Amino acid sequence: MANENNARAEGFKELDKAIAQWKDVPGGILPIMQAAQATIGCVDEEVQNYISEAVNVPVTTIYGIATFYSLFTLEPSGKHTINICLGTACYVRGAQQVLDKLEAELGVEVGRTTADGLFTLNAMRCIGCCGLAPAMMIDHDVYGKCTADKIPEILAKYRV
Amino acid sequence: MVTLTIDGRKIEVVEGTTILQAAEQLGIKIPTLCYLKDLNPEGACRMCLVEVEGARTLQTACSFPCAEGNIVHTKSPKVIEARKFVLDMLLSNHNKDCFACPKSGECKLQNYCYEYGVEETSYPGLRVEAPIDSSSEFFNYDPQKCILCHRCVRTCNQLQANCTITTAGRGFKTIIKTPFDKLIGDSNCVSCGNCVSACPTGALTMKQKYDRFRYWEVQRTRTTCSYCGVGCQMDLLTKDGKVVGVEPADGATNHNLLCVKGKFAFNFVNHPDRLTKPMIRKEKGGELVEAEWNEALDLIADKLKAIKAENGADALAGFASARATNEDNYAFMKMMRAAIGTNNVDHCARLCHASTVAGLATTLGSGAMTNSIPETENTDVFFITGSNTTETHPVIGARIRQARLRGAKLIVAEPREIDLAKQADIFLQIKPGTNVALFNGMMHVIIEEGLADMDYVNARTEGYEEMAAMVKDYTPEKVAEICGIDADKLREAARMYAGGPSSAIYYSMGVTQHSTGTAGVMGTSNLALLCGMIGKVGGGVNPLRGQNNVQGACDMGCLPGDYTGYQKVANPDARAKFEKAWGVSLPEKPGLTVTEVIHAVDEGKIRGLYIMGENPMISDPDLNHVESALKKCEFLVVQDIFLTETAELADVVLPACTFAEKDGTFTSTDRRVQRVRAAIAPVGESRVDWEILSDVMARLGYKNSFTTASEVLDEIASVTPQYGGISFDRIETESLCWPCPNKEHPGTPTLHTAKFSRGDRAIFKPHAYQPAAEQPDAEYPFIFTTGRILYHYHTRTMTGKNEGLNNIAGHAYVEINPDDAAKLGVACGDAVVVTSRRGTVTVEAKVTDKVEQGVVFMPFHFADGPANKLTNTVVDPIAKIPEFKVCAAKVEKA
Repeated sequence: MANENNARAEGFKELDKAIAQWKDVPGGILPIMQAAQATIGCVDEEVQNYISEAVNVPVTTIYGIATFYSLFTLEPSGKHTINICLGTACYVRGAQQVLDKLEAELGVEVGRTTADGLFTLNAMRCIGCCGLAPAMMIDHDVYGKCTADKIPEILAKYRV
Repeated sequence: MVTLTIDGRKIEVVEGTTILQAAEQLGIKIPTLCYLKDLNPEGACRMCLVEVEGARTLQTACSFPCAEGNIVHTKSPKVIEARKFVLDMLLSNHNKDCFACPKSGECKLQNYCYEYGVEETSYPGLRVEAPIDSSSEFFNYDPQKCILCHRCVRTCNQLQANCTITTAGRGFKTIIKTPFDKLIGDSNCVSCGNCVSACPTGALTMKQKYDRFRYWEVQRTRTTCSYCGVGCQMDLLTKDGKVVGVEPADGATNHNLLCVKGKFAFNFVNHPDRLTKPMIRKEKGGELVEAEWNEALDLIADKLKAIKAENGADALAGFASARATNEDNYAFMKMMRAAIGTNNVDHCARLCHASTVAGLATTLGSGAMTNSIPETENTDVFFITGSNTTETHPVIGARIRQARLRGAKLIVAEPREIDLAKQADIFLQIKPGTNVALFNGMMHVIIEEGLADMDYVNARTEGYEEMAAMVKDYTPEKVAEICGIDADKLREAARMYAGGPSSAIYYSMGVTQHSTGTAGVMGTSNLALLCGMIGKVGGGVNPLRGQNNVQGACDMGCLPGDYTGYQKVANPDARAKFEKAWGVSLPEKPGLTVTEVIHAVDEGKIRGLYIMGENPMISDPDLNHVESALKKCEFLVVQDIFLTETAELADVVLPACTFAEKDGTFTSTDRRVQRVRAAIAPVGESRVDWEILSDVMARLGYKNSFTTASEVLDEIASVTPQYGGISFDRIETESLCWPCPNKEHPGTPTLHTAKFSRGDRAIFKPHAYQPAAEQPDAEYPFIFTTGRILYHYHTRTMTGKNEGLNNIAGHAYVEINPDDAAKLGVACGDAVVVTSRRGTVTVEAKVTDKVEQGVVFMPFHFADGPANKLTNTVVDPIAKIPEFKVCAAKVEKA
């Protein structure tokens, strides 16, 4: 916990630098928020209020941006990010069943992070390896020809 | 100019005009859902699609600038088809329960669907499933009826500029909401309801708490809001003789905005507690019993005549009303002077802006806002001091915030960290009662740094040398010490203000309600004159008047030393003029002020008091004294809409009409004379104030010739140069600010442009800083200050009847700094006893860093914890305004 707090405090320090750099630049709110996402790991309520006060932009504007772009998350991402492909090829090859299994195993819906902070589950459209459909990625590892049965085994690798 | 053809008709328009605007000029209607006249086009709804010959696709009329030779079709088959498609798509994600929807009949989606023959969507499927948010006291939000036109978001963020709601998410999941899943009722929403007025569908609807109605059942009556002095134009929606709703109108001061009071707090009009019959107290100590009008009026006339016969007319006094119309106030003043024969007529302006009237009349020649409210659009630097503008004059507050969005600068000097302070470029948290030192300090810096407009000073002012000599002592360091602020920030503020180019000072009771109130007011005019800011569009010295018609009540001569238009009683020519106009001889001696009348009643020198629409039992300082005096008053008449705390002490109570039941005019704080129109018949046996007064006058032997409100205004115009050109006919179509001396005159939004009202030159009136009369000491260690809040109006006779307002702010409280609270062992919500040398109240503590250490703040509205039991009656020697804003107090845990 102490480490996480330290990391977050470090993240805010980095955010301050971005704020100083972009504060008075038109459209500078976006790079500031990107910096927050990168260094703090999310733009949660505290982060958004912090940016709002620092650059004097209403939090309504920041929240609108944060929820519009998929590159921002409102809660910290898990240690591992799962991206399951729901593109046409993967879908017809049974990606939905794989996703159902993932949701059941993790106990979260798409877009959310597990309570233990280990996994964030996202859905995406096409990883670019339709020949391996259905496909998914965990962090930078690609898994092809997935089936619901294989899921527990794959997840176990990341649970150590 | 560009020429184009729309539906076969040629039109020439100025460059930059959109097709929508051009079509409007031709009277061609183009349907819109997202269009907001006061903002840049959004082009979100696609409803206004039109065909422009030569263009690849259909264009949105709201955003397409007309170009030379454009040929536009607004009703071609292609256009109709496209609009049908738009409606079809919108309907696919809309909860179509029109039968139960309060917006039915007024819903643009419903109406357009009917017009274009779209009955069902061809795209059934997924729908937004977010639940209804009914957490606001005043309105419901149903996301399932939202069509994402963004009118509410843009109104909230860019017009009201409160920034409560936003467009969240993306694609199909896009939804209008407050950030972070808060309910609207738990957010920073100020319930202005402007989003509700802007919503084209049933997504945002007023809670119909009192009388449910359908839009096709209501009549609309354009009138002027009866809260605060902004003079917002609005339509009263009435059904079966009741006011059931309010819609904003595009008035010069409000441009379709209202605040929570104007929009939602209309239920006082038809409240069951309204006085509907005259009441008489047959003997002192007895009960008030209902009586007939003739009986009550005869009694009043007999008593007034008897007292006058025994002790002379000066044994009688009257308080007029800053809430009644100009016509009511003129009749009241005329009754006191012409029919009774005394100048003892005053009203509560004595308690709010008497120092403004006295101060600015001396330095500039006119004691009102020098500039008009629409000029907020021209101001470069706002200097707000002694005014919590967003709460007391909410729509002006919104306009200042709009100006911030376009880049105007903002300086706030206030004892409390008010909402505007958070958006200010410079915030100076001054100690209460140190305004004079602040202004002197700013002038010191401006002179020292050579920032004064010396050409202006030399050409248009006098008294500069004396002023410059006086402020020489007020170094930033010395002033910083007095005000409790940072010297460099003071310097920055002085530079920013002097830099303009158009700087406007807005102030209110934080400047006026001091024993040095007149000096404070003169300080604002000194500062503005030094920088050449008076007589300039967007500049000026702008006292914000509190009540809807306090400007008018002053204009109407409800002041002991002034006839209408500030013509002096002491001036024999003026007196002769009114004697001739009214056909009677008039008293020479100026009368007594509100506070002096209370003392005179207490001493038995005044035996009869006639109060119209005022509640001194809450509003005046040192309430214990007011109560004992009024109880002693031999004959007290109160004419009001409710049985107020004051009316309860009366010998005769007369039921008056509200603004919704009468014709007349209110004069807003920017000297704008606007119509009040009767929307419903009088409630019960209540009557219009000026008609009652005219009957009393007849019984006293004075006959008036007027029989309608329009004729009363004509008489006002005939004796009042500033109102000379103002009549019902003219203000039907024109928005006129006085002075408007004749029928051809266009009115005067900006005063003192070529010369000053007082003559060729304005005058500097320097004043040394004097501490407030009562300073904290060992026994009473806190500075106690008072003020208003957004959710209530004056003594709550009107707003106190509204459930929603009472749920948000229903009782008295005192704000105290967290450090002070900790020392006293007081937590937020605890009861505390606040005591001054005059009285004690027990109220709830609100622990907040809005106030600094050593300062406590109480709103004065509440009878359950009346701040004015504590306030000091010491008055400003010139204006006789009491020092409501500072006294010494102690706070103890209850």
